[in-house]
Amino acid sequence: MSLAVDNLRVYYRTLRGDVRALDGATFTVQDGEIMGVAGESGCGKTTLGKSLIRLDGRMRVAEGTVTLDGVELPIADDRAMDTYRFRHVSIVPQYAMSALNPIRRIGRMISELLSSRGVSYDETLPELRRRLALVGLEDDVLDRYPIELSGGMKQRVVMVLSTLMNPSLLVADELTSALDVSTQKAVAEMLVEFRDRGFVKSTIVITHDLSILYQIADTILVMYAGKLVEKGPAAEITEDPRHPYTRLLIASLPEVGVRFEERRLTGIAGRPPSLLRPPTGCRFRARCPLATEECAEEPPFVELAPGRHAACWKAAA
Amino acid sequence: MVATPEIALTGEGAALEDAYPEPPVRRFEALHFAVRNAKLVVGLVVVLAFLVAAIAGPWLTDATPFEFGYPLGEPPSSAHWLGTTAPGQDVYSQFVYGLRSSFVVGALAATVAALLGMAIGFLGGYLGGVVDEVLSVITNIVLVIPTLAVLIIVSAYLSVGSVASEALLIGLTSWPWAARAIRAQTFSLASRDFVSLARLSGQGTVKVIAKEIAPNMSSYLFLTFILLFGGAVLIAATLDFLGLGPSQVMSLGLMLNNAVSNAALQLGMWWWFIPPGVGITAIVGGLYIMNVGLDEVFNPKLRRT
Amino acid sequence: MLRVDGVTKVFRTGLFGSGSQTAVSGVSFDVRPGEVVSLIGESGSGKTTVGRMILRLTTATAGTISFEGEDVAGFGRRDLRRYYARVQGVFQDPFSSYNPVFKVDRVLGMLRSNYLPGLSDQEWKRTLRSSLEAVSLEPADVLGKYPHQLSGGQLQRLMVARALLLEIELLVADEIISMLDASTRIDVLNLLGDLKRRGLGILFITHDLSLGNYISDRTLILRRGRVVELGPTPKVFGDPRHSYTRALLSCVPQLHRKWSDEAGSSAASENGDSTAVIANGGGLVAVGDDHFVASEDERA
Repeated sequence: MSLAVDNLRVYYRTLRGDVRALDGATFTVQDGEIMGVAGESGCGKTTLGKSLIRLDGRMRVAEGTVTLDGVELPIADDRAMDTYRFRHVSIVPQYAMSALNPIRRIGRMISELLSSRGVSYDETLPELRRRLALVGLEDDVLDRYPIELSGGMKQRVVMVLSTLMNPSLLVADELTSALDVSTQKAVAEMLVEFRDRGFVKSTIVITHDLSILYQIADTILVMYAGKLVEKGPAAEITEDPRHPYTRLLIASLPEVGVRFEERRLTGIAGRPPSLLRPPTGCRFRARCPLATEECAEEPPFVELAPGRHAACWKAAA
Repeated sequence: MVATPEIALTGEGAALEDAYPEPPVRRFEALHFAVRNAKLVVGLVVVLAFLVAAIAGPWLTDATPFEFGYPLGEPPSSAHWLGTTAPGQDVYSQFVYGLRSSFVVGALAATVAALLGMAIGFLGGYLGGVVDEVLSVITNIVLVIPTLAVLIIVSAYLSVGSVASEALLIGLTSWPWAARAIRAQTFSLASRDFVSLARLSGQGTVKVIAKEIAPNMSSYLFLTFILLFGGAVLIAATLDFLGLGPSQVMSLGLMLNNAVSNAALQLGMWWWFIPPGVGITAIVGGLYIMNVGLDEVFNPKLRRT
Repeated sequence: MLRVDGVTKVFRTGLFGSGSQTAVSGVSFDVRPGEVVSLIGESGSGKTTVGRMILRLTTATAGTISFEGEDVAGFGRRDLRRYYARVQGVFQDPFSSYNPVFKVDRVLGMLRSNYLPGLSDQEWKRTLRSSLEAVSLEPADVLGKYPHQLSGGQLQRLMVARALLLEIELLVADEIISMLDASTRIDVLNLLGDLKRRGLGILFITHDLSLGNYISDRTLILRRGRVVELGPTPKVFGDPRHSYTRALLSCVPQLHRKWSDEAGSSAASENGDSTAVIANGGGLVAVGDDHFVASEDERA
């Protein structure tokens, strides 16, 4: 087992109290698994991703553990996490463009980064070159400045860099969202290739775009208002969603071929609850067409079938 | 060109604002950080202390700055709190009246410069095109002219008679950097959606600038004004010190000028030159420290909690 | 109704326009009453610039944009006012469309004071209610609120309601749902569909092909400032003729069809990322009823 997250709660401190951005997440990611995390803004998916690698100043871990390859990660301790970052857990940031220092040549920047982690640049160089070539970047990219690269190229450089130490877990947060459709596909497919080549063991891909996950993820975890809603194999989640939220969400996505004139799709009425003082019971209750009294009690995130989990009283059937 | 990040709002940070609406506490919030900002508080206290001295100080003495007839070159005593000058004038009254004219010059010159800078910066940044290019050229020309040299020449020939004309002269030469800064801010705000929307709602240029753009950079304008104020105080002191300011009005620079020409430094009459020196340094320094503090308050990225 | 004819926009850069950048080049199309035309392009395609030129927020370098036969570029202050009474826009970012310092009512009030000054409070309320109704917003839910108190979907619907306060004939909708969450964006999209049925002409600018496909009657594919393909939406999507359109379509992530099901698309997908300039002559060739494609043989 690669990654095990147990009852993780991460809150944001604000002037008016804690915002329960991630409120009890329990799941595992297997070796070699690409798990997609999907959800709308404010569902806690980015908080989840951050808490696996680096908390920002306003976040605190209220409860829970994260275990990677049998070792518990000291996620609340920024210093102690340094031992694990980059070598064991790595992240590809959303805006790779801004992650690159504009006045450093790419090679120099990589060399500085490696030496700060105690890795020799010269020894790593052959492997670095090999991997850059693999993602279609020429050798001379190391002598260039970030401004000379296109968005997709930068994203690829950052991906190669993030996975250079063959980390056990790679977190990719909205990796493709700022890219054009054509570049998006190439970058997304690279995630699969990196996994296939063993550059990373497991990958967590965080995005608001379910259809990207259907393309590249093995499993999909759907989140809503800080809670896990549903998890299962990608095809099953998209073809046979069990949780009403997932069902409505998928039904609201227009695809090429679906036209307003022929088939009118509908959205989900209402908006997510405030996580400052979240309601009790199922958090989707207020917007759920199936909600009944029993939903006032919080549904547990249970295994419906092997590999399929959902948190809904109505999904059990 | 149009490469806007399409999903900027799907990031959790923005989502937090979105999903957990904060009540409109922005001004209140600024105050919250303001009272906790040491730089701002220290700068403000210093500047306010001198302002109070400038306003109330003259009431505490019967002496006037140019009045002779007091003991010659006496150190501070209970009769003359800051001593007297070599020709027998009261240093305290010179100092407090001098403070007054410093503040007046600063305020007037900063107002003139701010108005000019805003007019040129707003119009250039908002209208763009040829208007902007012409205004930019003018701004750059005034910017590279050695201001002080021009001031010295101009005031030498025109023999500045009053504080107001001195302030006007300073104001007319110190606006360019303000105009450039405001232009840059306006330029970035002008492409924002709410500005486009105001135009689509039939708002004219002046209204769009006054009601949409200016309120969104009010803190910035305030900072600009403070910097202009500090700069004007310093330039005025320099001119007065060189004897190019109004000679009928006492100022801190004129005090220094008198002190130096009477060899106060060599004669060890410290009470003559230290008060004006300290006054100028403290006001200008206080304003700049205040500016740094305010910047931290207004700019959340610089805030340290 | 709206006719865009050979429009080109060159941005000048540097002092006195020493440099220049062509954002839009020879774009022609029209929008008729009661139809949604989608303008689809990737970043840098010039799609937003086209929208801004139609709204006269920026002027065209060459070519004409005319509304009901009148050249938009020639409008003086008066004419522009009348123009905005019939043509309105909604923009991408709902949070930046509202001045954050003020209540949302302000954007509505601005329109009232400039366009409907004669209206009594009673009449104004009635007008307001009916346009809020048209976008299915409850007045009590939105009026008197600050922008951050409303959701992105509510804000965008309010923006449309604002445009409907005037009896507009054309709406330029620039990426109006790209910042909304999936579960709420479809409602805003449906709203555009309903307005279209009431006779409104809509220019729907987007980078998202599936959204354009869902809502529009005709589609324009824009690439680096040039029209690549133009035609009825079912044809452009069902029978794309230009290699760029095909490449784009093959890259769209679908929910029920995998990329890997389609062969030979990855080479095309790399195309979009390359820095090579592929110029096309600009001349469009008719390939079917109302369906035009740019010629591809003039590759540089």
